[in-house]
Amino acid sequence: MGPNLWANIDEVAAVILFGIGFTTLLLHKNMIKKIIGLNIMDTAVYLFLAAMGYVDNRLAPIVENGVTDVDAYINPIPSGLVLTGIVVSVSVTALMLSLTIRLYRKYHSLDLDEILIRMQKEELT
Amino acid sequence: MNLARNFVENFPCFSIVLCMVAGILSTPIKGNHAKRITLLVVILVTCMSAATFLYVVSTGTSFVYTMGKYPAPWGNEIRAGVLETMLATVFSLVMLFSLLGGMDHVFKDIPEEKINLYFILVDLLLSSLLAIIYTNDLFTGYVFVEINTIAACGMIMIRKIGRSLVAATRYMVMSLIGSGLFLIGLAMLYDITGHLLMENAHLVMNQLVQEGKYSVPLLVIISFITVGLAIKSGLYPFHSWMPDAYGYSTVSSSSILSSLVSKSYIILLIKIFYRVIGFDNIVNSKIVDVLFVFGLAGMVMGSVGAIMAKDIYRMIAFSSVAQIGYVYMGIGLETEAGMVAAIFHILTHAITKSLLFLAAKGLNNVSGRKRVFYALQGSAFRNPLAGVAFLVGSLSMVGIPMLSGFISKLLFATAALGAAREKVLITLIVLAVSTILNAIYFLHTVVRIYTPVHVPEEFKNVHVRVSKGAALAVFSLICMNFILGLLSQPITDLIQVGIAMFA
Repeated sequence: MGPNLWANIDEVAAVILFGIGFTTLLLHKNMIKKIIGLNIMDTAVYLFLAAMGYVDNRLAPIVENGVTDVDAYINPIPSGLVLTGIVVSVSVTALMLSLTIRLYRKYHSLDLDEILIRMQKEELT
Repeated sequence: MNLARNFVENFPCFSIVLCMVAGILSTPIKGNHAKRITLLVVILVTCMSAATFLYVVSTGTSFVYTMGKYPAPWGNEIRAGVLETMLATVFSLVMLFSLLGGMDHVFKDIPEEKINLYFILVDLLLSSLLAIIYTNDLFTGYVFVEINTIAACGMIMIRKIGRSLVAATRYMVMSLIGSGLFLIGLAMLYDITGHLLMENAHLVMNQLVQEGKYSVPLLVIISFITVGLAIKSGLYPFHSWMPDAYGYSTVSSSSILSSLVSKSYIILLIKIFYRVIGFDNIVNSKIVDVLFVFGLAGMVMGSVGAIMAKDIYRMIAFSSVAQIGYVYMGIGLETEAGMVAAIFHILTHAITKSLLFLAAKGLNNVSGRKRVFYALQGSAFRNPLAGVAFLVGSLSMVGIPMLSGFISKLLFATAALGAAREKVLITLIVLAVSTILNAIYFLHTVVRIYTPVHVPEEFKNVHVRVSKGAALAVFSLICMNFILGLLSQPITDLIQVGIAMFA
């Protein structure tokens, strides 16, 4: 357990961060904090991928000085996945922020519970 | 001949790209033109999917389409078998009819300058649905799951009323939690298998299982992926966003969302079960038992929610919760018969739920747009077509012979008899209870709309003219319901062939 944990310390950190982000997104009432939680969660996955793709003492996967040996470079696919994932999370964040702006304009609050109460009040009147 | 065949193999990729191009083309133009482009694209996609379906049935094998020039372990692939093409055909047909049936309301509910945006979202949604159905690559699957979520959220929030904004927010939060879990599951899966293509990952996975390596990470991966996709598809108890999201968006959106979007995640899950992890490994991991229990709970609680619902849309939305429960219960039976029943129910529900939403809107229109039940008294006489549609949809959901819902229930019951011993009795009991509950709320509403007494004074002489497109859509959905109910044997055979092609 001990040595394994130390060897995979990056992944452990990533999973803990994932948990933090996940609970923030799920349990926080405040919209902005929810979005921050979402970003922590997604970034944790990217950390996980990047940490797994990195091999000690190897180069970035760009052919240099004519070295074409596979063992000289790290695996490029996780980096590609991280890039794609960043694009996805940026668009999702933008969508969430625009939703937050609309909700704030309508209900003048960022607190989801408060918004629900105001929505129900508005419907009753 | 050979050339024609090769040409057909391009169709899945074509249809995905075509939808995206249509979305881009719709950006600068007016809503009316965007509508025409979208309808044309959906019809084209339906034809192409049907052609691919016939082609795959005639050859009897699935085919793999390589994107770009990179071969198997590196490149990205699309794969089309009987099941994928059948689902694509039915989904695009249901999409077409949902759009046609709710077109008048799209133009009423959405501000004029935003109508082309609505059709862009529809195009994007269709392309992501097709991509999720066809893709052979896990990460592509994830990306399109997110596109699907964004498009679906846009379709909810485009109607600028408070309720739909809040519904969109809740939908988004739940969806993002689901995709987060799914994504980290995929990252770990890639981590231990080193592949993103389903076949290659599957080979490594089998090897790992045989050698008994990585059993704990494997369990974690299976749970993350399953729970993530289950949350996204709205399995009980993660259904809280459903009633508002379906109840307060424009009718086309609600029928597309309830019948297609939540199903696409289940299909991706089934594909991952069969094509990546292997169904035996899934059964050994016991995760399907979890799905089974929550499916059963959903079947009962969804129906209870529907009985308690105060308006007709929320009732239909809660019924969706119950139907999703049925599908997961079928998957949870751990047998192939259960899986066939689940997939058949996906088709049944896609057709019936869109019909019910369109019918409810039609009834609602002649009742002063009031959502509460008493306004609907006798409304089937004021809008006969919607009345018949609601009747057929309800009877199908309750499970009356000749309609597709009956076949679903029959398949579930037969599958239950072949399942593990401790699951037989509980499945049959819950099926019976859930059917009775279904009958209570659906038939109650049917009786209400066909009872012309105590009709509120102001609606007595209301009549509504149904547009040709809407009538055609409703009529076709009714016909599809009968076709699925009467020709069930060939369809279940095809589903079996499709599942066999997954391996």
